Amino acid sequence: MKLLAAAGPVIPEYAKHSVACVVHNHTFCWEWVTGNWAAVLWPALRQHIYLVLLAVSIGFALSMALALIAHRYRWFERPTILVTTFLYTIPSLALFELLVAPVGANLYAAEIALVSYTLLVLFRNILTGLRAVPGEVLDAADGMGMTRTQALLQVELPLALPAIIAGLRIAVVTTIALATIVYTIYDAGLGVPIHVALGEGPFKTELIAAGALTIGLAVLCDGALVLTQRALTPWLRARSQGG
Amino acid sequence: MNIAADAHKQGSSSTVRAAELELREVSKRYPGQQAPAIAKLSFTVPAGEVCVLVGPSGSGKTTAMRLINRMIPITGGDIILGGRSVLDRDPRELRREIGYVIQQVGLFPHRTIEQNIATVPTLLGWPKARIAARVAELWDLIGMRKDELSGRYPAQLSGGQRQRVGVARALAADPPLLLMDEPFGAIDPINRARLQDEFLRLQQQVRKTVVFVTHDIDEAIKMGDRIAILRDGGAIAQYDTPAEILRSPADDFVAQFVGADRGIKRLSLIQLGDLALLPPAGARPQDAAAAPLVPEVPLTMSARDALSLLLTSRATRLLAVDDAGGVRGIVTLELLHRWLAEDGTPAGAAGGADGASAVSAESLGAPSHETGEADVAARARSGA
Repeated sequence: MKLLAAAGPVIPEYAKHSVACVVHNHTFCWEWVTGNWAAVLWPALRQHIYLVLLAVSIGFALSMALALIAHRYRWFERPTILVTTFLYTIPSLALFELLVAPVGANLYAAEIALVSYTLLVLFRNILTGLRAVPGEVLDAADGMGMTRTQALLQVELPLALPAIIAGLRIAVVTTIALATIVYTIYDAGLGVPIHVALGEGPFKTELIAAGALTIGLAVLCDGALVLTQRALTPWLRARSQGG
Repeated sequence: MNIAADAHKQGSSSTVRAAELELREVSKRYPGQQAPAIAKLSFTVPAGEVCVLVGPSGSGKTTAMRLINRMIPITGGDIILGGRSVLDRDPRELRREIGYVIQQVGLFPHRTIEQNIATVPTLLGWPKARIAARVAELWDLIGMRKDELSGRYPAQLSGGQRQRVGVARALAADPPLLLMDEPFGAIDPINRARLQDEFLRLQQQVRKTVVFVTHDIDEAIKMGDRIAILRDGGAIAQYDTPAEILRSPADDFVAQFVGADRGIKRLSLIQLGDLALLPPAGARPQDAAAAPLVPEVPLTMSARDALSLLLTSRATRLLAVDDAGGVRGIVTLELLHRWLAEDGTPAGAAGGADGASAVSAESLGAPSHETGEADVAARARSGA
């Protein structure tokens, strides 16, 4: 909250940067980017990361809880899929606006919307991962005297990791993209400079810079998750090396 | 570190090497089903013996096995392990004291071989050093080379290697009882025979009480000290030593199940050294040209293999030779036939009537009718 509040105004003052390319309205102006990094782009990027991190963390915790319940009680899967699919299909702009009335035009509304879009893919992937654990492995765990919790923590969740991380990758990338329209109800994230640029006629530097930052953030996060999975699942690589 | 003190702390699982298992009128009835899956099943497995549950599919042999470690709750009767009812035990604790091996092995794919073997000791909270020492011991016991396979994952092993690791994992906490559900069923025939032999050798060392489930009567004959043949509805058709079941099947069902070739199967249970061989005097031909007609075979050859050799070679008799190369006696078709025809009467007695040499008396001693063939069978297996 503090981070977001400290961001300050993001509407650039062009008069201060009356360098050649701004004056001549070139599509992309590198000097503008460096000149406005500290005041506009960096705060927007930080807010964006914060929005995404919060949404994916909460979404992951919720989905994990729901998936564990559905893993134990099969009947729980259908209603959960139904609700999360419904949430997923609500047009995002509409959902943001709908939340303003009950919650207010604030961070809470933004996060509720972002979180609800992560649930479907995370829930499905976690549950699929848990269910894909081979029956004989669970039978062996049971037969050797593991408790349910031990089997879950020591066998099922580790084996479900590839599916879980695959779900996280999708959730992170889509949330990074989706968070660019948070600006419609709440003044934060990389959506703000994009929105400003859209209303400004031919000068598109802000839009391009913020867009590039969004894409870059998505690629970086996705790569980080891939590396995380590789580090956490050494047995998968062993399989391809060995017979 | 004081291993003895630790062993004491871990309780009975570490101090008792094998325990007697007794099933008392055990029943299992699933709700909503008329016929019970298991009906009043009673048998006792003496400590340190291998009991094979064998029967057609649907006879409930796997169910019966899983009742023992309470993976399936029993609905009637009692199961006594080492003098204590399993029903009085916490199921998790009970299972940590019972080795468990299944056909698909069920190794944990995400854990290394060592971590897999250490599963139960870890659950039991053994200190790290003790676990490491035990794992090192098991590498040797299952005949696998640590330097080649240490740090590997199950997916990097062959089927046979995985099965060996599965057995090591089951033995890790030195349980008094081992449950094995078709452990070699998914292995190709050549490797299966090798794994069976290895397991019998291992069993000679560890002397666990073993309940072994299979649908293969040949495997049952080879592996079992005793065989429980189950029929539909989980009832015992016959419970006896392999030799006794082959010699006198209790009824048509058993006779059909063990096969029309049960006579030949009986021959596979004994070695030439156990037979009352014909006197060897002057048997070795002086004329080298005649040698191929009288093949020399080791005393440890099974009677079944000797029969096969007699039927397929031009020879009418075989010279049984001991390790030192000395001729111990002669084997003929007639001798094998007589052994079978005399209904398995201890060969010592039959041999005596024929005035045979001291060879038989020496190798068989003077077994009683009751235990003679069982001993013979045990020896045949241990030499396998």
